Amino acid sequence: MSIDIDTARRVAKLARIRVEEADLPRLAGQLSGILGFMEQLNEVDVTGVEPMVSVTPMRLKRRADVVTDGNIQTQILANAPDAREGFFAVPKVVE
Amino acid sequence: MNPNEMTIAAARDALRKGELSAVDLTMACMVAMDAGDGLNAFVHKTPDIALTQARAADARLAAGEAPALCGIPLGIKDLFCTKGVPSQAGSNILRGFKPEYESTVTAKLFEAGAVMLGKLNMDEVAMGSSNETSCYGNAVNPWRRGNDPTALTPGGSSGGSAAAVSADLCLAATGTDTGGSIRQPAAFTGITGIKPTYGRVSRWGIVAFASSLDQAGPMTKSVRDAAIMLGAMAGHDARDSTSADLAVPDFEAALTGDIRGKRIGIPREYRMDGMPAEIEKLWADGVAMMKEAGAQIVDISLPHTKYALPAYYVIAPAEASSNLARYDGVRYGHRAKLAQSDGITEMYEKTRAEGFGPEVQRRIMVGTYVLSAGFYDAYYNRARKVRALIKRDFEQVFAAGIDAILTPATPSSAFGLGEMADADPVQMYLNDVFTVTVNLAGLPGIAVPVGLDQKGLPLGLQLIGRPWEEGDLLNHAYALERAAGFVAKPTKWW
Repeated sequence: MSIDIDTARRVAKLARIRVEEADLPRLAGQLSGILGFMEQLNEVDVTGVEPMVSVTPMRLKRRADVVTDGNIQTQILANAPDAREGFFAVPKVVE
Repeated sequence: MNPNEMTIAAARDALRKGELSAVDLTMACMVAMDAGDGLNAFVHKTPDIALTQARAADARLAAGEAPALCGIPLGIKDLFCTKGVPSQAGSNILRGFKPEYESTVTAKLFEAGAVMLGKLNMDEVAMGSSNETSCYGNAVNPWRRGNDPTALTPGGSSGGSAAAVSADLCLAATGTDTGGSIRQPAAFTGITGIKPTYGRVSRWGIVAFASSLDQAGPMTKSVRDAAIMLGAMAGHDARDSTSADLAVPDFEAALTGDIRGKRIGIPREYRMDGMPAEIEKLWADGVAMMKEAGAQIVDISLPHTKYALPAYYVIAPAEASSNLARYDGVRYGHRAKLAQSDGITEMYEKTRAEGFGPEVQRRIMVGTYVLSAGFYDAYYNRARKVRALIKRDFEQVFAAGIDAILTPATPSSAFGLGEMADADPVQMYLNDVFTVTVNLAGLPGIAVPVGLDQKGLPLGLQLIGRPWEEGDLLNHAYALERAAGFVAKPTKWW
């Protein structure tokens, strides 16, 4: 399956990574190469095989649905590129 | 011998006998670390933490309380979150990030008395096989091709860890392994590295790449050291729901060196077309060593081996695209400078374009594509089915009585930095050809240095074990280590 420039643009958009128009052909070529490598998987007979979901067959542990931490607002915000008045600050979302 | 050149086992014994202090040992490592700047292995040094921890270790030793790693100076891969210390995963997207918490692995190591010298270089978000995708610039392999000054890769992604241990800048280091990132750099630098069974070591506080494949493990100067350090890292953690609630055995006690009667499988599918003669010979030598030690050699088949790399390069990017979605410039790390008219979408797109390097961007986009509507079944579900078959291949040979599997660790010795710059991305992926099956199946695997090639570079073999039987696997590795008698060290040029 070959990736065209429109598909590369769409994938970049979905991934929320800005790619300049001039770089799209090269990206499309590289993605095509990688996906071409994956085409080998079509040679395998997977009839009746369940997709693997868990590496180790085990039931995930559960815990009581209770609050285990809290009151750590300063720590939560300590690494934020922009924090104001106890909140994460981002550019305007709604016009 | 300078103290920084010691193994964990030797230093532990000297510390307990009072022949050496943790502070002196740590000072020796810090001198070596500073003299080793040319290797670009340590990217954030933590001398103040190291000395505080070393003094505390000396106090514990004086009080007669000496846990496994008491006073042992380690390097920590940059992928581990360490409280108050930059933890960037080799990426600009996490520039300036200082975690407010400690990863489970580093917390356990510190409880066991370990000393942290600093953070180690790595490929960006653990994606790479040569350390060249690092935002810090690549680490350099202490080994060279004889007198040829060409700089070689220490491998990746745990390349800084491998370079630091090999050059005796620290006694041992942590690594992580998603497709071979402990075992390939260990093999390229003549050290030992084990990837434990998936779930043996908690992933909590380790920057996630591909959650169903990632496992942390020790990178050390000997198999015994790997056993000691793995014992301190392993164990159940309620904060990682995939961590196994199993007792951690005494791995060091398993090292008897007796493998008489054990059945070692040699998988025919690992004999690749175009395999260098030196790798083939190394493998044959390893087989002879195991036979000499009394093991029985059995030819086995793992028929889906060929499909492991393509399956991996669907599954790992798919998981990465989800895991790396969190880097959006809001809660931590880098945020792009925005124009007046930019909204939140521009903030995400510019931040991620600036923060992630080209290889990480490529993998995120591959993952996004294989998970997107219309392709999910064709790529992602098919890859997960093939993964189930790869795991079944191993289950069948273990059910047939195989105790361990012996393979080469890498398809070549360390290559030159920059040599792969113009290669297709897929060419670089081939480095993982012998190691990636082990991650897909969740098995433990260990790389052990066995010999030198004609250029004078180290080569390693890999042993693969049964799930949860790291003790038995380490014992096989110990037998191989003793038979191989690998003692070569890189000639110091840095």
